[in-house]
Formats: sequence, structure tokens, C-alpha cells
Amino acid sequence: MDLAVTSAIAVDALVKRYKGVTAVDGISFRLKAGSIIGLLGGNGAGKTTTIAMIMGLVMPTSGTVMVLGARMPKERYRVLHRMNFESPYVDMPMRLTVRQNLSVFAQLYGVPDIDGRIANLAAELNLSEFLDRPTGKLSAGQKTRVSLAKALLNHPEVLLLDEPTASLDPDTADWVRARLERYRSEHGATILLASHNMTEVERLCERVIIMKKGRIEDDDTPQHLLSRYGRETLEQVFLDVARGRSQHSEVAP
Amino acid sequence: MTGSDASIGFSVNRVSAMVRRYWYLLRSSWPRILDLIYWPAVQMLMWGFLQLYVSQNSGFFAQASGVFIGAVLLWDILFRGQLGFSICFLEEMYARNLGNLMMSPLRPIELIAALMIMSIVRLAIGMVPVSLLAIAFFGFNLWSLGFALAAFFVNLILTSWAVGIFVAGLLLRNGMGAEGMAWTIMFLFLPLTCVYYPVGVLPHWLQYVAWALPPTYVFEGMRALLIDHVFRADLMLEALAFNVILFAIASFAFLKLLASARVQGSLLQGAD
Repeated sequence: MDLAVTSAIAVDALVKRYKGVTAVDGISFRLKAGSIIGLLGGNGAGKTTTIAMIMGLVMPTSGTVMVLGARMPKERYRVLHRMNFESPYVDMPMRLTVRQNLSVFAQLYGVPDIDGRIANLAAELNLSEFLDRPTGKLSAGQKTRVSLAKALLNHPEVLLLDEPTASLDPDTADWVRARLERYRSEHGATILLASHNMTEVERLCERVIIMKKGRIEDDDTPQHLLSRYGRETLEQVFLDVARGRSQHSEVAP
Repeated sequence: MTGSDASIGFSVNRVSAMVRRYWYLLRSSWPRILDLIYWPAVQMLMWGFLQLYVSQNSGFFAQASGVFIGAVLLWDILFRGQLGFSICFLEEMYARNLGNLMMSPLRPIELIAALMIMSIVRLAIGMVPVSLLAIAFFGFNLWSLGFALAAFFVNLILTSWAVGIFVAGLLLRNGMGAEGMAWTIMFLFLPLTCVYYPVGVLPHWLQYVAWALPPTYVFEGMRALLIDHVFRADLMLEALAFNVILFAIASFAFLKLLASARVQGSLLQGAD
């Protein structure tokens, strides 16, 4: 069977240009089902545009994106109910309570037993005490947990996370990572995680794709990257890639 | 995994989810509800008293009682219908929620259906009390128009939805830069559709433009009913035909603007 169809996400020669500016420049990768992959890159590297094309929100200039066997964005309605996402670029309506927001999205995703699902998520993500509070009255950490609850409402097979722990304190960020790890191990979901947080990527991801200026600069497991660049942390590897240093022989002291 | 069947084709369930979302928002804020009634009431009272004054000094207006009040109430159906549609859409952009919706299984046609329903809900909240005020203050009973009122309403609400759909497309494509259009576009219809005066008042060449707009037929029909006591079914059918054309153009424009928004990447960053 075609590898693009069997992979959870298959990206081939993907290009996105905005009025002469190339945001994504011919990238290709495949994510096997049940894997958790980090997408690293500095500001403007093309991570968010890549994720937006995978979600079907942005039309590629050329190349293809397949998610769960459906071509995006053309066939997105075949698979959108099996996907979900969390992004700092979106919010949930502030005046609605957490329960109202979650129940609206649960209905949009066709979740059966909405009340039961919300109760389960509330217990799992410690939301119970503020379920009936307006979403706009929550702290940043609480809002992130609500966004995560929304992202998990439909038991997604593919979960796209754009900087899921940005602006969180270390304790809450660690708590979110633990929940993501648990969700992946319990449900076998495929998670693509765009992040600036190297600790997060090192802890969660079995494979790391590093982007720079719209291109994939490197793609390997964290251990192999550390070994090839002769570094002790992914942050050092990231800086090597960002500053154009090549592997091992040219590393900075 | 959930919802596979519900995600194929048009889903009433998803439309009702969106209606619920807008209803939660509306009922969470009493200023929002007050705003639906406040301006239509002020308009109706102002035009009602003006008509009262003019009718006491003019034989023609004495016979044509209710023309101004009728016009202002029907104009509000057109104007508030579009505004109700567009404001609900704008709420998604203010809340930065559009990305969540576009990434969900909700289809654009389902979102539009929810916006249509909410425009009627908002109209009902605003217009029913104001129409009762018109009876109390001026003895003008809009509801006594019966079937004619239904024909007027259908044609006006169809136009308001068509304009609302077009504006939603502009907002998707251009983000909040197009917000002003949502609030003001309908005012272009105010002079051209001859809300307060007959089409014959317009310069000859402009009358062609007026007759290409469905609400013109409604306002002419209203004057025929209130002044000549004749229901002009022919005008209503012509309005309906032009509404079908307008609706088709607006839907086509919306789909093109949505496709363009996907190319430009403005769906995720709609607040720009």
C-alpha cells in the first residue's frame, strides 16, 4: 500500500508562498501512526504555516498533504472529526463558561454523551472547579488546560499542537506534557508538536524535525541529533542549526 | 473515535451547536439584548412623531397613515437582519474563535445556516417589542398587514442574508480590515431602495439601479398597500426572483473569498 496513505501524516514537496515570500520551501516528511514528533524552528521558520496546511486552513502553493489518508484541504471533511488542535493563534469565546464552550465543540465534533465526556475531561485535567466560570475569567494556565480539553474532546487520532506550553509556568507546563504523554500512550494518537521549548521536545518527542527559512534542516531522533552534533542538549543543537554551524567538526566550543 | 457519520454532509446537529453558542453569548450580556431593542425603538418613535406632525398638516399624509412607521419597521428588518447575521460572525473574529471553527467538522454552509437562524432570533427580540410600541403610541399595527407582512419579511430577510453572506466572505478574506463594511454596507441600500419615498422621485437612470434591488419592490409594495390599499403580489414575486439572483451571487462570492482566504492564510490570523 502507498506509504502516504498508510502514514498518519504525509507531506510531500510542500511549498507555500505569500506574495513572493516563501514561507515553506519544498518540505517532505511522513509521520507513522502513534508517533510523537517535534517541529522545531525559530520565528519565521515555517512551523505554523506547515501546521496550518496540515490542518487544511491554508492552501499549499504546490505539493501535497495527506492526513489519515485524506488529501488536505480538498478532502478535509473526511477526517476533521478525527483530528484536533491547539494553537496560541486561537481562543475560545471568553463570555461563555468552560462547560458551554466544551459542550458546543463536543456537539460540533459529534461526541456522544457530551456531559459524560466533559465530566471525564474535567476530572482528568482538573477543570471541575471552574467548569461554570466564564472562560475569560481564567488564568493563562487554566485557559491552556481548557484548550487542551477542547483538543482532546473527540479522542483525536491526530493531534496538532502549536506551542502548547507557551506562556505557562514550569509546573503547569510539566503537567501539560505529562497529560500529552499519557494521552498518546493510552490512545495511540499521532502528535505533531511545534515548540520553542527544547526541554519539552527532548522529553516528549521520539523524532525531531528542525526547520529553518521554510526548509527542513535536519530530521532525526533526539539521541542521534545530539550524537551527530556532538552536543549535550537539543538547545545547543538548535542553536547550531539556527546559526548555520554544521555537524560535529565545526561545533562551537 | 467519534462522530464519523455526523461529519458526512450537512448536519443539523452542528447547526444547532452554533445556534447554542450564539444564544449563550446573547443571554450572557443584557447590554447586547438592550441594544437589539434600543435603536429600532428610537427610530420608530422619531419617524412616528414626524408622521403625526405631517399628517396633521397635509391631506395626503393624513390618508397615508403609517407609511413612515411602516417604512422604518420594514427598513429595520432589512438592516437588523444583515447586522444580526454579520455581528454573530464578527463575534467569532473578536473572540479569535474562527480557527477553532474552521478546523472543526463545521461546514461553511452550516455556519451560515446558524447565522441565518440567529439573525431571525435577534430580529424577533428587537422588532416584536418595537412593533407593540408602534401600536401603543401611534395605533399602527404592523401585524394587521397579515400575509403581506409575511411576503415583505421573506423578501427583506433574504436580501439581508445575501448581503450578510457577502460581508462574511469579505471578513474571511480581509480580516478585521473589512469590519467597517459589516456596519455600513446596508446604508447604501437606504437611498437606492427608496425606503421613505417612491421610486419615481429618483433620476430616471438611477431608477434602473433601484429596480435591480429586491427591497425596492417591498417598499413600493408597502406604499401600495398603505396608500392605495392594494397588495401587489407581482412586486413580491419580482423581488423574490431578484433575491434568488442576489443570493446566488453572494454565495458564489463567499466561496471565492473563502478559497482566497485559504490561499492567503487569513483564516488563522483573522484579527489582522
